[in-house]
Amino acid sequence: MNDDIAIDARGLVKRFGKTTALDGVDLTARAGTVLGLLGPNGAGKTTAVRILATLIRADAGTARVLGYDAQRDAHQVRQLIGLTGQYASVDELLSGHNNLLMIGRLLGIPRKEAKKRAAALLERFDLTEAARRPAKTYSGGMRRRLDLAAALLAPPQAGRPSVLFLDEPTTGLDPRSRGELWDIVRGLTADGVSVLLTTQYLEEADQLCNDITVIDHGRVIAAGTPDELKAKVGGQVLAVTPADPSALADIESIIARRTGLTPVTEPDSSTVTVQVADSALLPALVRELDDKGIAIGEFALRKATLDEVFLTLTGRTQ
Amino acid sequence: MTTFTPARHLNPLTGMANTFTLTWRSLLKLRTNPEDILGLALTPIMYLVLFTYIFGGAISGNVHNYLQFELPGILVLAVIFSTLGTGQMLSEDIRTGVFDRFRSLPIARWAPLAGAVFGDVARYAISVAITLAFGMLLGFRIETPPLAAAAACLLVLVFALGMCWVSALLGLVSGSARGVQWIGSLIYFPLTFGSNVLVPTDKLPGWLQAFVKGNPMTFLTEAERGLLVGGPVATPVIRTLLWSLGLLVVFAPLAVQVYRRRT
Repeated sequence: MNDDIAIDARGLVKRFGKTTALDGVDLTARAGTVLGLLGPNGAGKTTAVRILATLIRADAGTARVLGYDAQRDAHQVRQLIGLTGQYASVDELLSGHNNLLMIGRLLGIPRKEAKKRAAALLERFDLTEAARRPAKTYSGGMRRRLDLAAALLAPPQAGRPSVLFLDEPTTGLDPRSRGELWDIVRGLTADGVSVLLTTQYLEEADQLCNDITVIDHGRVIAAGTPDELKAKVGGQVLAVTPADPSALADIESIIARRTGLTPVTEPDSSTVTVQVADSALLPALVRELDDKGIAIGEFALRKATLDEVFLTLTGRTQ
Repeated sequence: MTTFTPARHLNPLTGMANTFTLTWRSLLKLRTNPEDILGLALTPIMYLVLFTYIFGGAISGNVHNYLQFELPGILVLAVIFSTLGTGQMLSEDIRTGVFDRFRSLPIARWAPLAGAVFGDVARYAISVAITLAFGMLLGFRIETPPLAAAAACLLVLVFALGMCWVSALLGLVSGSARGVQWIGSLIYFPLTFGSNVLVPTDKLPGWLQAFVKGNPMTFLTEAERGLLVGGPVATPVIRTLLWSLGLLVVFAPLAVQVYRRRT
């Protein structure tokens, strides 16, 4: 086994009746890093996570977690993973404290130690005050934090590697809670935990992921670091904002003529954007705008966002 | 840095410990879910009031005689219907994702099911206690020695332990708590009412008697009558125990198998 590889999936295929959820997916996550799994709804993200987390069997292909086969060595894999997300939930009728105590006991942690770890995690995730209340009374953010705490109960042992599966961990969270969760994930990877993250938020993937795999219709359509993906999709984006919004149409036609591409103006925005492959066009563009007497509020060249990458790759917004 | 090597196999003792923890969880739920206790308590009370005063005069001539006849049957009815709760809770655990969490943990595959079932025995015991207590309030008298009465309570719980695996299987295949409710009712109503629970077998039409005489509920009710108010005991008790064992042997492995295969 290669010690640097935490998750290694090769050619995963999974069919549900006539639907092919996964059609030969490869995934690789290096130890101590975050692998982002992106794709539109129904692309197969959750199916891939469920296979790796030993919940379902693949029809073909291999899924290895820290060198153990998710099907043949499921029991070993289960000792190394933490799972949280839409489907591995806490028990709503139990209090936060009892949820953690239950999972700690199930993991074989002695009662006293389990209580201690539960208290420490509740403290760490700012849930101490709500610890004795049933989880059904928790807000969305508190639920997610409890979910995450539950996934982190495994006893710390010297040299124990672990892999966390976070399935859309911040869906429905307010921006502040989302930022907090990101900090937690960063702290975990700093401690050597490897993370497989699925998310709908491309900004989240950009912030957290070392590597990203984009899947659609059960196939990998792109893989690489966030920067590689952005570069792959036509590199840079030119954004032009006129001082006077009535000049938008003029700017659009000038850009279209100069670049040969169709620029985009988002509704309710006064910024024209276009992907540019050749930055040598820019001086001429500036000169023409100047000649026509169009006052420019902002003229910027930036990297494509992952949203733009996604749109280009899948032909739709996520 | 030393390396953590995960265990290859599950220690059987671990499975027992897992079951213990998950039984504790079921019991905690009972405490934090007052609606459940209310339902458990009110159902036998409703049965007793309804059946005693509706059927009492018609079947046995007077209410007291009928109560002596019917209460052991109501005990069976109340406990058997409360086993539906096991399947409902399991389907709820599947829907909310709690079971997927369990399945991702290094625990015995059968522990979540066994924990749910054992925890529910406490619910059935509540049901038994309330039926007996309220029945006595209405005038029911235990006519057998205390040990026999205790055996009556134990026997109905043993049978429920077999039946709740049927309910667990329903919970695993039906996909929703409402599914368990209606499929369960379709099975449970003919099974319970198509017995000697409320009406003596000899007052039923001939074709129905054949069904009633083979129905395990009939054996259980006969045994309960024998143990609470007197009558034949040995044969119905043995038959009931055999049925309980049969249900356990058939449905428990089936439920565990379905649970393992769930994708």
